[in-house]
Amino acid sequence: MAKHHVTTTINGESVEFLCDTRQTLLDVLRDELELTGSKEGCASGDCGACSVLVDGRLVCSCLVLGVEAEGKSIETIEGMAKGDKLHPLQQKFLEHAALQCGICTPGFLVAAKALLDSNPNPTETEVRYWLAGNLCRCTGYDKIIRAVLDAAAEMRGETHG
Amino acid sequence: MAEALRKDFKIIGTRPVRPDGIPKVTGTAKFGADFSLPGTLFGKILRSPHAHARIRKIDTSKAAALPGVKAVITGADFPEQKNEFIGPERTAVNFWYMTRNIMAREKALYEGHAVAAVAASSPEIAEKAARLIEIDYEVLPHVIDVDAAMAPDAPLLFEDMTTRGVEPAPTRPTNVSKRLEFKLGDVEKGFADADIVLEKTYKTEAVHQGYIETHACLARYDADGQGELWSSSQGHFVVRNLTAKLLGMRLNDLKVNPAEIGGGFGGKTVVYLEPVAMLLSKKAGHPVRLAMTRAEVFKASGPTSGASITLKIGIKKDGTIIAGDAALRYQAGAVPGSPVMNGCLCIFACYAIPNQRAIGYDVVSNRPKVAAYRAPGSGIAAFAVESTLDILAKQIGMDPIELRLKNATRIGAPMLGGGKMSHEGFVQTLQAIRNHPAYSAPLGPNQGRGVASGYWFNGGGESGASVYVNADGTVVVSTGSPDIGGSRASMAMMAAETLGIPYDQVRAGVSDTTTVAYTHLTAGSRVTFATGLAVVGATNKVIEDLRARAAKIWGVDIEAVDWVDGCAKPSSSNVGKFEALTLKQLAAQASATGGPIGAAHAVNAAKQAPGFSTQLCDIEVDPETGRATVLRFVVAQDAGRAIHRSYVEGQMQGGAVQGIGWALNEEYIYDEKGRLANAGFLDYRMPVASDLPMIETVVVEVPNNDHPFGVKGVGEVNIVPTMAAVANAITAATGKRMSALPMSPPRLLEALGRPGKEV
Repeated sequence: MAKHHVTTTINGESVEFLCDTRQTLLDVLRDELELTGSKEGCASGDCGACSVLVDGRLVCSCLVLGVEAEGKSIETIEGMAKGDKLHPLQQKFLEHAALQCGICTPGFLVAAKALLDSNPNPTETEVRYWLAGNLCRCTGYDKIIRAVLDAAAEMRGETHG
Repeated sequence: MAEALRKDFKIIGTRPVRPDGIPKVTGTAKFGADFSLPGTLFGKILRSPHAHARIRKIDTSKAAALPGVKAVITGADFPEQKNEFIGPERTAVNFWYMTRNIMAREKALYEGHAVAAVAASSPEIAEKAARLIEIDYEVLPHVIDVDAAMAPDAPLLFEDMTTRGVEPAPTRPTNVSKRLEFKLGDVEKGFADADIVLEKTYKTEAVHQGYIETHACLARYDADGQGELWSSSQGHFVVRNLTAKLLGMRLNDLKVNPAEIGGGFGGKTVVYLEPVAMLLSKKAGHPVRLAMTRAEVFKASGPTSGASITLKIGIKKDGTIIAGDAALRYQAGAVPGSPVMNGCLCIFACYAIPNQRAIGYDVVSNRPKVAAYRAPGSGIAAFAVESTLDILAKQIGMDPIELRLKNATRIGAPMLGGGKMSHEGFVQTLQAIRNHPAYSAPLGPNQGRGVASGYWFNGGGESGASVYVNADGTVVVSTGSPDIGGSRASMAMMAAETLGIPYDQVRAGVSDTTTVAYTHLTAGSRVTFATGLAVVGATNKVIEDLRARAAKIWGVDIEAVDWVDGCAKPSSSNVGKFEALTLKQLAAQASATGGPIGAAHAVNAAKQAPGFSTQLCDIEVDPETGRATVLRFVVAQDAGRAIHRSYVEGQMQGGAVQGIGWALNEEYIYDEKGRLANAGFLDYRMPVASDLPMIETVVVEVPNNDHPFGVKGVGEVNIVPTMAAVANAITAATGKRMSALPMSPPRLLEALGRPGKEV
């Protein structure tokens, strides 16, 4: 069967690609567009390693078809830093050692950004429930939660210490 | 080494940002599945749908004829291996079994066992081709449970397997691959002298390491017989050696590039895909990518053993443990090789018990072959011994930490398997928990507190490193240890501390198998210890060279030059009046003083120190649903000395949370046909952020004097006490004793219905 021609926006740039009907958005990002920052941990929407934003909504890109990107705006981990300026979440993940192996990190960062975009002052419990769809097997989540809370405080302009 | 006792470090013990940090928060870090080459083919493995079946015939002709298919292989394409166990007993390997686990030959031994593989120009064609392979199976009766597999009438996985370690050698075939026995003192007499003797049987289920990155690799075999692999593993040198052995290649015909690794916990210390991908590439003449799905990871990569342990402990009324006797029966999976010997040697290692015996059984059944999982074998044993000690403490009316302190092993205490305890650290972890505010904090209704301890050997072994000084005075450190949890930062810190220069002047990386000396696995909590020794050794060679160059510039003997705070300085005023030469100044003059500055160093490190951890768990059990919620968790662990404090804490937190998952939810569930019923993250329920509180850490530091900075290794012992700490907390909360894992809501609810109060 002929491939589909899809026109979309990824990290603010207009992008066109061809994909099979069955290809997921994650497949397209990784295999067609070489954006391998989104990771496949399960391909069933259980681990969150492939988290991206589609028109501002947090989704598992393994559960979205490539053709569904048509006319949408996609944000991936690759668009999170602006040039060499890291997003405060990325900076706080480094400072708090919130990653060990780093495979889940892109998904956590994208998901945490979606949280802070909608709720700039979350409680620890809110962060824990928001990120419950992202699996991390290395850290026990402690330092991830601290990094997100600290990034939120910094983005609100509060001093921290 | 007196250095270990120093406390005035500038860099050791701080928390700098890791060198590989930015690629990992921006998505550019390359993991196992992120590599591609022009013309890369897609591999697919066909797996057995049966738990146990004889393979009568495999017909690959239809698959091979499908357009786009470039190679089809079966077990017959791999060279045969000798049926012999090689290496030290505790880690012995047998390539006859290993090659059969990579791809089945006579029989499929578990659901998900690889039986054939294809490489094709698209994933769709590869999948279609795999479905076209015709296999004539004779389905056989299967056995899953370890006790059932030991029964005399159990279905046999290998009709000619007899038990090793039994004299005289038995002739009757069995699923018991090996029997081990370790003794100290006189167990019978010990029990006769005891005031209370408690015997109890414990069971644990198989659990998976649960790394988020599935196994993945890219292989290229060239016409000149040279192979190259990009693979995510806990040791690319070991991947090279195993792949070469399984394919009959020479070691210098295979180069393995270390990908970033997305979690391992022991599960990526062996090969599954690499030999298959390389053989497909050889046959197809193109590079081949191969990756497991999550279901394949659960069904065909190593979980750790489920086990059954019968434990008998004898104690005096004053709390003296006088005898311990354990029978440990561990699942090996489909081929021999469970960590039961670790279980035997660890089960009583925290305590100076005069009379001890541990008997271990390595048992095959129709499950995936187990792989190492964080202190393999020790946590299972600790669940038994630490639960029993909790019961005995209550029976004699003694505080559980007091009981452990009274019996704690100390330097010189004899150990099962020979040798004596040579390091301190355990008592300090017990004191750390007893002195922690959590130990006396009030609890509410349906809440309980438990404590438990654990031991792990920690590892040493072979490591290589090189250290180079660039012309601008910056330093590059290369090692052969894949970095799973921040070890590049630790290596750079140790080199910077040794050289006396700032951390950001040093860059540490992981090098491939052609550019650094052989380095064993990132496993056994060995990297900061052993690879750290290699890095410090190479750095010291560089310092010696720098001193020699300063001596040459000044026209003095090398003995007259000291290296202090990153500078060459005259060792005394008698040497002459010379301005100190910084590393940067010496680097700039390198061409004139002998050429590039750099050194390699390799070690086979011994004298590692064991790890000890004591943990506290507060839990609340919902009496209506049986759901247990961890309210508070404190981990005390002896790190020797923390190089990067955050990554030490991270190991402690991560290990404890894996243990919480093991305790409360995780298990391999099989249906009546021996098929895994929960091969996905939705049904194999690992802890998520909303399940947990913050994990409090107490980093105990009793330095190992056989490491320049006192390192002991911190990766594993943190999982050992956790299951028992959770179980003991549940008993305190509910008055019911759980002797089987996981303590999941249905099992807890059932226990809550039992009459009477249990301790």
